[in-house]
Order: sequence, then C-alpha cells, then structure tokens
Amino acid sequence: MPSIEETLAATRMFRNLTPAQLSEIAALGEEAEFGDRGALMVEGEPANSFFLIRDGFVALQTEAPSGAVTIETLHDGDPVGWSWLFEPYLTHFDARSRGVTRAVRFDAATLRERCTQEPALGYELMRSFASVIVERRNATRLQLLDVYGHATVS
Amino acid sequence: MTPRAHRVVSRRRETADTWTLALEALPGQKLPLFAPGQFGMLYAFGVGEVPISVSGASTALDPLRCTVRAVGSVSSSLCATAPGELVGLRGPYGSRWPLADAVAGDVVIVAGGLGLAPLRPAIHHLLAHRNEYERVIVCYGGRSSAELLFVPELEEWRGRFDLDVDVIVDSAGSDWHGKVGVVTKLVELAAFDPENTIALMCGPEVMLRFASLTLLGRGVAKDRLYISMERNMHCAVAQCGHCQFGPMFICREGPVQRYDVIEPWLKVKEL
Repeated sequence: MPSIEETLAATRMFRNLTPAQLSEIAALGEEAEFGDRGALMVEGEPANSFFLIRDGFVALQTEAPSGAVTIETLHDGDPVGWSWLFEPYLTHFDARSRGVTRAVRFDAATLRERCTQEPALGYELMRSFASVIVERRNATRLQLLDVYGHATVS
Repeated sequence: MTPRAHRVVSRRRETADTWTLALEALPGQKLPLFAPGQFGMLYAFGVGEVPISVSGASTALDPLRCTVRAVGSVSSSLCATAPGELVGLRGPYGSRWPLADAVAGDVVIVAGGLGLAPLRPAIHHLLAHRNEYERVIVCYGGRSSAELLFVPELEEWRGRFDLDVDVIVDSAGSDWHGKVGVVTKLVELAAFDPENTIALMCGPEVMLRFASLTLLGRGVAKDRLYISMERNMHCAVAQCGHCQFGPMFICREGPVQRYDVIEPWLKVKEL
C-alpha cells in the first residue's frame, strides 16, 4: 500500500503542493478503517478531521423525517470534509461508510493552526480544496437542473 | 416515406411513463434493418408520428424494439398500444454509432436517462463481438432509481466479467444503496486508456456538454467523441427543417455526430 505521502502526491487536488508541504501534511495523517455505516463525520460536530478515501464508498447524508437522505456518494481518491477550513468549523453532513472503507484521517485542527503560521501552505491548501468545492458545486447545479426530468431541458 | 404497418408483439413497462414495444412485420413483409444509432418514425394511426429510438435491432430471433416515453398525444398513444395491435413504422434513418472505428480500442458509453435506449443496440453489438474490443465501459446516470431503463438487463450486464457497468442517480430514496451524483462522476472514475478510446454518448444536452468536457479533460480526443443529438425531427428526410442544427439536418447528418464537427454549433445559444 502506498504511504500517506505517496498517496497525497498522487492525488490530483494536491498537485500544486511542494514535496515539503506534502510531507508536513502526511505527518498529520493516520490510517483509518470504517465498517458498514461507520461514521467518518457526524453532522453538527466539530470539524477536526478530514479524510482521503483510499478504498471504499462513503455516503454524504442528512436526516429528513423519512430517514437519512443520501445527497452524494464519494469514492476512491475523493477527499471528505472541508468544513475544517471555514468558521464555525462544524460539519454540515454525515459521512457514512457503505461496506468497508479505508481512508487516511488528517488532523485538521492542527493543520489549520499550521496554515495560520505558514501562509504559503494555507494558500495552497485553500486552492486545493477550492477546486474540489467548485467541482462539487457544479455537479450539484447539474443535479438541481433535473436534466432527466420531463421538462425539455435537452 | 410511407409508414408500413407492423404488429406489436409485446409491450414492456420500463418506468412509470416509458415503455418498450416489440414489433414484428406483417406476413409477407420483412422487418427493416436498423444499425445501432439509427432511428425510426413510429406512427400511431389516427394520432400522429414521432421519431423513436430503436433500442433493440431485429435479428432472426428477436423482434425490433422501440422505447417510447409518453410525453404527448402521439407517444402516449404509442405507449398504450396493446399486443396484437398495429403501429406504423418507417426507417431506418440517420447515422450510426462508429462501432467499426472502435475495434481494438476501449469503448466508453455514457448514457443519461432515456439516452440509454439508442445506445442499447451498440452495447449488444459490442457484446456480440466482444473479442474485437478492449475495455467496454458503460456509465449510466438517471434521475432516480425508479427512472432507470432496462434494469434487469443492467443487472445482467453488471454480472459479466468483460463489461464494466456503473450506475448513478441524481437523487436517492431509501431503497437505493448505489452511487449518488452526476454521471460525469462515473466518467472520472472509469478506468480506460484515453488515447485509445472512443466514447459514445446520449442523453440531455446539458449532460452531454459536461460529459464531453470530462472526457476531453481525461485526454480523449475530440474526434473520438460521438454524441447522439436527440432533436425534434418531423420528416426524417431533411426536408422540413425542424431538426436543422447549423448547416446540418440531424435526421440526415445525425443523430450520431462526431464532437469536433458539432462543437462550434453547440456553443451557439438558442440554436
């Protein structure tokens, strides 16, 4: 299995980080494994971690009167969690494993402190996560368009 | 140009408003041969005529299959046609999926909603000639699990070792335990050789634009992307102009179009 640093280096969203920055982030990571329905994050809790999925399937969910609603699923190579970057640093959704998921958990609270002390690192991390946020926002907009609906969007 | 009567052999419900009709020729006549990607004009007697995706080409053993969504008076009438009753059919019309050009390479199929229907004959062809192709990948997106087409066949395809099938829905109910999101996500996840891939796509045009960008971003060349343009067609013989798209008639130069040929026109608003 690739090391945490190798995994970060191979992840597209981190392609602009220097080897030293990747090493610094990797040092704050640890391997994690979740069983079926295991919680990587719970809605409303302090966002002290973010994850990089190595192998598995994670459902982003929110509770509705009818039960848990899955908004999006995340897969190998996807990051999970960006609330650690933005006040009030609380998670917005549940992130639960479907089946077994292996991921790397990063100490986001410590990394956030480092970003304050090292603006260059902070800038690159913000840029990396911004690219993911933009991609997911565009996907969400596509979902909102309801392109498969009977209204003639096509 | 004249519709010829065909008998409905069976009618299968795919979703709440979508049906697949199986057609046979009347005694003494032959079923027309449709290449994968071509369309026909299906006629509900006394009501009207609409362009319809051929979702299963006829063979010696199987009837011709057409998948119809009930969105207006003609299509609703067609969907209500009972086995034994007659419909009119003329065709085949239009261009075909470039399956010969895809030999010896990977084939990525991206389908959205009803767009799986005109791609289904292409998938059948690929499976019937499986040894001629490298990886074959199907990425299928739908609104919800209740609106996916050909579910029993999708499940059968997923059980094969020589075909990668992935399905994703925009919104999930409690009964769905698969992927949730947009079909472009499946294209990002798919394992194929971009330099040796032909992509075949059909679905809502918004979806096609985003899927094309994703494939291009992965390194597939513009002249190896093919889109089926599902526009409003009436005469099917390039006379009425309803399907005109820039300098092209979709019924004649399409519906299957190569991306680099139509790209400039896709950017023209309200075309």
